[in-house]
Amino acid sequence: MSILVNRDTRVICQGITGKSGAFHTKGCKEYGTKMVGGVTPGKSGELVEGLPVFDTVEEAVQQTGANASMIFVPPAFTADAILEAIDAGIEVICAITEGVPVLDMVHVYDRVKRSKSILIGPNCPGVITPGECKIGIMPGYIHNPGKVGIMSRSGTLTYEAVWQTSSLNLGQSSCIGLGGDPIVGTSYIDIFERFQNDDQTEVILMIGEIGGDAEEKAAEYVKNHVTKPVAAFIAGRTAPPGKRMGHAGAIITGGKGTAAEKVKALEEAGIVVAQSPADMGKAVVEALKRKR
Amino acid sequence: MKIHEYQAKELFRKAQVPVLAGFVAKTPEEAKEAFEKLAGSIAVVKAQVHAGGRGKGTVTEVPSQRGVQLVKSGDEAAAVAKNLIGNHLVTIQTAANGAKVNQVFVEAGCKIARELYLAVVVDRAAQLPLLMVSSEGGVEIEKVAEESPEKILREHFDPAHGIEGFQVRKLCKKLGITGDAAKSADFFMKKLCKLFVELDCAMAEINPLVITEDNKMIALDAKITFDDNAMYRHPDFKALRDLAEEEPAEIRASNTGLSYVKLDGNIGCLVNGAGLAMATMDIIKHHGGAPANFLDVGGGANTQQVTEAFRIILSDPNVKAILVNIFGGIARCTTIAQAIIEASKEVGFTVPLVVRLEGTEVEEGKKMLRESGLAIISAENLTDAAQKVVGSIA
Repeated sequence: MSILVNRDTRVICQGITGKSGAFHTKGCKEYGTKMVGGVTPGKSGELVEGLPVFDTVEEAVQQTGANASMIFVPPAFTADAILEAIDAGIEVICAITEGVPVLDMVHVYDRVKRSKSILIGPNCPGVITPGECKIGIMPGYIHNPGKVGIMSRSGTLTYEAVWQTSSLNLGQSSCIGLGGDPIVGTSYIDIFERFQNDDQTEVILMIGEIGGDAEEKAAEYVKNHVTKPVAAFIAGRTAPPGKRMGHAGAIITGGKGTAAEKVKALEEAGIVVAQSPADMGKAVVEALKRKR
Repeated sequence: MKIHEYQAKELFRKAQVPVLAGFVAKTPEEAKEAFEKLAGSIAVVKAQVHAGGRGKGTVTEVPSQRGVQLVKSGDEAAAVAKNLIGNHLVTIQTAANGAKVNQVFVEAGCKIARELYLAVVVDRAAQLPLLMVSSEGGVEIEKVAEESPEKILREHFDPAHGIEGFQVRKLCKKLGITGDAAKSADFFMKKLCKLFVELDCAMAEINPLVITEDNKMIALDAKITFDDNAMYRHPDFKALRDLAEEEPAEIRASNTGLSYVKLDGNIGCLVNGAGLAMATMDIIKHHGGAPANFLDVGGGANTQQVTEAFRIILSDPNVKAILVNIFGGIARCTTIAQAIIEASKEVGFTVPLVVRLEGTEVEEGKKMLRESGLAIISAENLTDAAQKVVGSIA
């Protein structure tokens, strides 16, 4: 088992005729993902990487049986693309695009939560179940099938964690990039629930960063609902208050959202917190030794 | 993107959010003219800088001068403007050397019955815009949030519909605002929430928000931060950007598609990805060093960007060593290695350079660096990299 995606997931790419869309469609296909088509309005009938292009997601779903989508459209059109995927009944929507206006996401979030779809992102690397299905921009070869469930708000820091767990021969069940924006479709808690119920996942690694209170809420959830061992790392201990650290969401306002507060909440929930980003793999090993 | 008070008030006026009359002035003469045009017995001269806390702020060159002052004549307005313009204002929100004042806003006075605080933000936890009002106007809201959070009243609203009438009534009831003042509050809050959504604000803050003796709600201050991601919807806002208020290196970085934030340490960092960049700063601190900057070169970094990134890092005189930390995903290590070699020819490194490469095409990348003849300190992993860079300046 794994979560969200597996070898049977049928994936389309929205924005497949664009440079990034085409490039990563190729990458995902080469990894072994069942890519079944793409969507770009006005470009139906074309082929990209041998895959059929459709004008609408509805049409793509009817013709290919797709149940997941990878979105690479420009920020101005991302909200619309996500809403179209929801409308077409796509189950797992991964919005890779960075730079979506936050008020667009207020609207999209409201629609996602009233639908049966799951939205990962925006501004995220995507989702991967090693050896089965990769949807997104992560380098596939660093992953190995295994027992660690990983979730993160950051891209390259997730790769770092994957690298460390692969080097320790732990492997990963699934890795989810939640996205670096203030409002994203899926929270840590949503993923904790799935990892807790997944047989393959034996230990969970959560990578957080400063800003907001998602990590604190996740800690509270873990305390009450997660029986599997959990490790964590929080990026941004040295970030100055009020400055935007690349991600729009990583702002500390009024003394809230600091790394220190988050680490405290996590440790109180019995989570092993890595003090250095070089020790994320070690923290996972440590968590496995401890019984929660 | 932040804008000045006088610019925010112009947007308020267009959106019918009540403000007082006022004029921006770049010289003492203009300040005097502004006072005369306002034709009142009093006016307020306010330094225009992006930082808050101006009322209690001090002018470095004229220590007796505050950032906001009541004046009673055109000559007095000119005198205050002379103290402010061209000088530096230090407030709790500026750096220690203050922010340079390039203009003042001369605004009509009014008779204040009550001072309140109001802000609209996007609440990420609730995934909705949030209107916050407090009876504690004119003071540091951070203190109120910490010491008596119950004094900050909160109402979320749907951006498609704005704040509802009953929500304003709830707020007024709790704040003891009645009669004509409550009617004025209803008008004010509805217009302001509408403006927040239509202009794609990330934050709108009014401190103080006042109720006048004739029961009108008026924005005495106005601070707006726009959502940078939505700027494509508002091309005219580009003209509102004041580059004098921004760190020059940060402007250079944003022009090259880099994300850079200057810090106070002496170890320059060049990293791909925001999360890894933050983690790199953390690990430098963890091993006893101090990062000089946050710098994310992004996923698809090219030679030109990496070269510019090195230039920006080296433009900071505090930098005594540089740590490059790249996890090649989409960006290949060979591309980065090539860029480092090119950049070193172009820029010329005068400080120790520690490079940690991992990921796609790592072996080829490391080989390129070894064979380049450059004095690069190669690191095996994150810890090794941090120890080596901290050690290089010890």
